Amino acid sequence: MADSWRQPRRLLLLAIGSLTVFFLVAPTLVIVPMSFTASQSLTFPPEGLSLRWYTKMVTDPQWTGGFANSAVVAVLTMLLSTVLGTLAALGIVRGRFPGKSGAYALILSPLIVPVIIIAIGMFSLYVRWKVTGSAAGLVLGHTALAVPFVIVNVGTSLRTMDRNLELAAMNLGANPSRTFFRITLPIILPGVVAGALFAFLTSWDEVVVAIFLTTTRFRTLPVEMWEQVRQVVDPTVAAVSTTLLAITTTLLLLILVVRRQTPVR
Amino acid sequence: MTDRPALVLRSLVKRFGDATAVDGVDLDVRKGEFLTLLGPSGSGKTTTLRMIAGFTVQTSGTIEVDGRDMSRVPPYEREVGMVFQNYALFPHMTAAQNVAFPLQMRRFGRSEIKRKVADALALVKLETFGERYPRQLSGGQQQRIALARAIVFEPRLLLMDEPLGALDKKLREALQLEILRISRQVGATVVYVTHDQEEALVMSDRIAIFNHGTIEQLGDGEDLYDRPVSLFVADFIGESNILRGRFERTADGAWLVRAEWRWRVSARQADRHGLAHDSAAALVVRPERLRIEAVETGLDAQWNSVEAAVTEVLYLGSSRKVELVLPDDRSAVVRQPIGELDGDLHAGQRVRLAWRVDEAVLVADPNG
Repeated sequence: MADSWRQPRRLLLLAIGSLTVFFLVAPTLVIVPMSFTASQSLTFPPEGLSLRWYTKMVTDPQWTGGFANSAVVAVLTMLLSTVLGTLAALGIVRGRFPGKSGAYALILSPLIVPVIIIAIGMFSLYVRWKVTGSAAGLVLGHTALAVPFVIVNVGTSLRTMDRNLELAAMNLGANPSRTFFRITLPIILPGVVAGALFAFLTSWDEVVVAIFLTTTRFRTLPVEMWEQVRQVVDPTVAAVSTTLLAITTTLLLLILVVRRQTPVR
Repeated sequence: MTDRPALVLRSLVKRFGDATAVDGVDLDVRKGEFLTLLGPSGSGKTTTLRMIAGFTVQTSGTIEVDGRDMSRVPPYEREVGMVFQNYALFPHMTAAQNVAFPLQMRRFGRSEIKRKVADALALVKLETFGERYPRQLSGGQQQRIALARAIVFEPRLLLMDEPLGALDKKLREALQLEILRISRQVGATVVYVTHDQEEALVMSDRIAIFNHGTIEQLGDGEDLYDRPVSLFVADFIGESNILRGRFERTADGAWLVRAEWRWRVSARQADRHGLAHDSAAALVVRPERLRIEAVETGLDAQWNSVEAAVTEVLYLGSSRKVELVLPDDRSAVVRQPIGELDGDLHAGQRVRLAWRVDEAVLVADPNG
């Protein structure tokens, strides 16, 4: 049988695959049991079972404030970068203008440039503009990081869309804005939604830029966690982490589902 | 009643960088006429159609629809319907919503839209398919919905860009007649683009033959078939036997000369096509205009002939197709209606191919 010599190779492949997944996921998952510990310190394996750290998470104003700030910043970042990114994708996919590829490279540069460099640059500028320590400043910073994700997702949808549909709409009497809202947008919507979710996540778990642009009075959740871990190693961090993990995983699954709704052809 | 043409193109030119796609097209389309732009791919017919629709702006020249200059009118204000080869139905709307779209853009009332959509769906015989999405319809059904959508707002002009190109032959033939019936029923003026000559001959009142960005000839099917003005048209429309040579004018008439042969040609045709003495020319003889005679048959001055050998005889039901080879190894083809056959032919048989002087067409040979 041809399969007989393949069998050991398949087992080997399975072993390597499982190990890889273990290395990738284990450090993340170890935090989950730790969050249910009854003890005062972060330990693995956890000693006893309790929800006390979850209780602390939802009652301590430092944590609830962080949640609220993160949510506000992430939602605003999502809205702003989805609008800007969709417009930019339209220009880059449909438009013809000199310097287009240069503009595209610049817009995508936050994907490549080390975040710490972006963070330092933003900090020096935003201090001068006096927008540090505010939701507005952090939303601007995160939008710069999130726009490339929107462009890539919307751009893919636009490229697979039949250009004749827009010509047909115009031929039938729709001006450019009605063509966009009645035809283009509904067809590229899966890409727009996926881009928006990516934008939300980009802001939601961003810590480097946030450390520079936040103050003690205005902190997002990841910054709060960073500060807490540095000072008191209190298992609430594990509870917060587990909650964040749940939210992030849900959104990623959502993106997978939306992505599967490829533009109907 | 006015005799103003529905569409007038004047000196229409379109350049893309250094390439000239359309190179000076003049065309008048009458109201209610079915006019086809026919030509090989890259001949400028689709670019011309896209300029009429306003998707592309001409480099120079004018486009008038119902006497109105369209040069500065955006596509969404031209009131010109278009049917695309790939249907271009909106995938997120049902068939009925697709047909309603142009009416919504024109802000018709809800009840009027409902009535007009129902009428249009009935016209294309898909009245029960309104609630289906395009992906739930066959190719032919999608194209009928696209047609309904393009005529429901009563456009001044209906443009069709190879609308049947993606369909199989049988469906294509059925839809050709369907499109004709519908366009006649609503009295539409149609400009139709195709590269399929049979389709053009079946459907059109007149056909414009495109080649290298210009209209080589404009006329009805009979004009193009019996009186082609150029070698390109003769070769493009139908089957042809083409004899190339040099045109000569002598005291005793006009001739096409090649090697040892000298064939009498119509001096009137030579004048009409502006052939000069000793210029490269070609004689075009349709396969059904050639007669097969015995080698020793004597012919009068009304007839030309050339000796040939039969290579193949094919029976095609209503006609017999005979393939032959001339002494210079060029091939020829003859079509004979089955009812008019006299005698058998077999491969290898030597015969005389004959044609009447006035049944051959003399044209210039640009490659000569």
